[in-house]
Amino acid sequence: MDFSFSEEQHQLQDAISRFVQGDYSFERRHKILKSADGWSREVWQGLADLGVLAMNIPEADGGLGYGPIETLLAMQSAGPALLCEPLLDSAVIATALVRDFGSPEQRAELLPAMGGGERIVVLAHTEAAGRGQPVWVETSAKKSGDGYLLNGHKAVVSLAPAADELLVSARMSGQPGEADGVAVFRVSKDAPGLVLKAFKTLDGRRAADVVLTDVKVPAASLLGAPTTSATAAIDRALDIGLAALCAESLGVMEATVNATIEYLKTRQQFGQPIGRFQALQHRTADMLLHLEQSRSMAYLAAMHCNVADDTQRRKTLSAAKVVIGNACRFIGQQSVQLHGGMGMTEELNVSHFFKRLMAIELSFGDTDTHLQRFAALTQRDIPLAA
Amino acid sequence: MDLTFTPEEQAFRQEVRAFVRDKLPASLRHKVVNSLRLTRDDHVMWQRTLHERGWGGPGWPREHGGPGWNAVQQYIFEEECAAAGAPRLIPFGIKMVAPVIMAFGSPEQQKRFLPDISSARKWWCQGYSEPGSGSDLASLKTRAVRGFDKDGDHFVVNGQKTWTTLGQHADWIFCLVRTDPQAKAQRGISFLLIDMKSPGITVRPIITLDGAHEVNEVWFENVRVPAENLIGEENKGWTYAKFLLGHERSNIAGIGISKREIERLKRVAATEMKNGKPLLEDPLFSAKVAQIEIDLMALEMTNLRVLSDEANEKAPGPAASILKIKGTEIQQAITELLVAAVGPYALPFKAENESDEEGDIGPRYAAGLGAHYCNMRKLSIFGGSNEIQKNIISQQLLGL
Repeated sequence: MDFSFSEEQHQLQDAISRFVQGDYSFERRHKILKSADGWSREVWQGLADLGVLAMNIPEADGGLGYGPIETLLAMQSAGPALLCEPLLDSAVIATALVRDFGSPEQRAELLPAMGGGERIVVLAHTEAAGRGQPVWVETSAKKSGDGYLLNGHKAVVSLAPAADELLVSARMSGQPGEADGVAVFRVSKDAPGLVLKAFKTLDGRRAADVVLTDVKVPAASLLGAPTTSATAAIDRALDIGLAALCAESLGVMEATVNATIEYLKTRQQFGQPIGRFQALQHRTADMLLHLEQSRSMAYLAAMHCNVADDTQRRKTLSAAKVVIGNACRFIGQQSVQLHGGMGMTEELNVSHFFKRLMAIELSFGDTDTHLQRFAALTQRDIPLAA
Repeated sequence: MDLTFTPEEQAFRQEVRAFVRDKLPASLRHKVVNSLRLTRDDHVMWQRTLHERGWGGPGWPREHGGPGWNAVQQYIFEEECAAAGAPRLIPFGIKMVAPVIMAFGSPEQQKRFLPDISSARKWWCQGYSEPGSGSDLASLKTRAVRGFDKDGDHFVVNGQKTWTTLGQHADWIFCLVRTDPQAKAQRGISFLLIDMKSPGITVRPIITLDGAHEVNEVWFENVRVPAENLIGEENKGWTYAKFLLGHERSNIAGIGISKREIERLKRVAATEMKNGKPLLEDPLFSAKVAQIEIDLMALEMTNLRVLSDEANEKAPGPAASILKIKGTEIQQAITELLVAAVGPYALPFKAENESDEEGDIGPRYAAGLGAHYCNMRKLSIFGGSNEIQKNIISQQLLGL
């Protein structure tokens, strides 16, 4: 058992921390958020130059061949900067899906370009009625000539407006909720019939509802082999993303707790720093409890997101999301409360941490969804009588 | 980062598991997994069994007759014992006074006291708390005056200790006593070992809300204690006391016990019915069980992180407070759900919780749950209340 990181892993962590501290100040982020796109291609290229975009790409495909631990460190280090770029969406989730499910030709075409920062790809999968169930796909794909016609509605696709192309899941057969019959298609963002209803999310990022009306795609746009249902691959890519999200949340929570402690040490009331008051000390101690439990689960999630055994992987990742979802809410709410009126203002970073933590709690299935999934997966192993 | 135990550690786990399976009597296991009250003989029997295997002092170094296990091995040992339903080791001798005697006692004291501790020939209890000094331990008042007479160098002790766990069984008590009332609170305290058969000692039971006799008051009236029973230097007892509290923290999270208790909870909830279906399938109830299981998973990882730090010789420090707070919260939450699972049949009350013989009333497994829930309220109070632990975290870890 060893919880330490290698020298190389520490270097990666340091490089990203330095990058976001230098090139992604609170003020710069504010400007980027206010720009028309709401994200920065310059920053994206900076991330590419650091190698972050290539970390999940195998060396054979022109990447760095790193794994979940490096992703954990990268996401944790980037967390406090509240990046508005599609790091999670393109460099983790879409990359994992193309890597693990794409044909050799698709991998050769997409992965080097994604790792180099030239091409941004985002998975458009979730639908409103799914509520966190990865197998819920109503969007349909019908054979049409030598290609397919796609129809459907993908809900709140994070960073879709930043993407050059989308990976759209669609059902070739069967009913929503069934694992079989789901395929993934490469769809260019300017394909006729594809409408992006772009908007800002609560945490300032850009997202879109993706509406597909008779979008015609060629047969070659089908990701992977036509005979295999994509559900399992999507599920695994989402779990890799979920682990990365847990790591990001860890970085955000650390920054939130640190900011709160600094404030409690400096803010004077009744003739002393407010951190001297026991009521506030105990609340801060509880924040640390949540943080340390989250750190444990972020590590566990990273170590399990590649496990082939579906039950074990889902159980662990759901547990991580529950612990971290609860922690996001507690730490976010307490940090605002303990900052008093200042915590309510847009000018303070704490309010932005709060909103990102809230968005994380609601993403990838909320706390209740994962609690239910965990309960369903563990109910079966009732121990025998003592 | 690698979260798996080494092959050596896994082999060690198998060795412990096999030993406990072979040596733990089924009747004793039955008592433990149903939280029925254990007798002095039950504890002594199990301690001797471990002692004969060379495991009587799991945290002890080889030079003092222990197995010389590292922190990870101790953790595995305690987890396996708990999972198998072995009685918890009574900590006062093995985990509390013994490390103090090893670190600060004279060679004569080590030779005299340590072998009787690991072999359970002598039962120890703790004389720390006093009626007026709970978490504010340094305010203790029990007085020890040093003198010389024809029988030699000795202390005369007067005062009262309280919350003395299982003191009714004890042969010896280790006490913090005030030897210099003029000095600042922490400075004038000494660490004394006192024979419970000394004239002037009275032990009075305190019956707790579960109807059990687990704790006691211990009164000292002109109790004569030979000076050779002083540990280390006079007036330096606070140093030794703090050292002891550090040792008390090992296995503070109670992971093994909580895992066993969650199994019990699931067994009960799979048997109890609600709306014609097992209670465990009730969405609300199963969500509560899942939440506790998840919290325990996270705590186990946190505990392993602390252990790994210890193995790399990074001091665990106030991280132990995190384990204590969360560990006791989880244990208490499980008792709440056990009570909820049996509903009104948690109400028929068996004082002392001594028997689980089949009665007319309610399922057999329900008989002890009410009392158990009551008893477990102590977890967030003793060993430094959870509020004190939060003070420690905020002051020492967060610097507030």
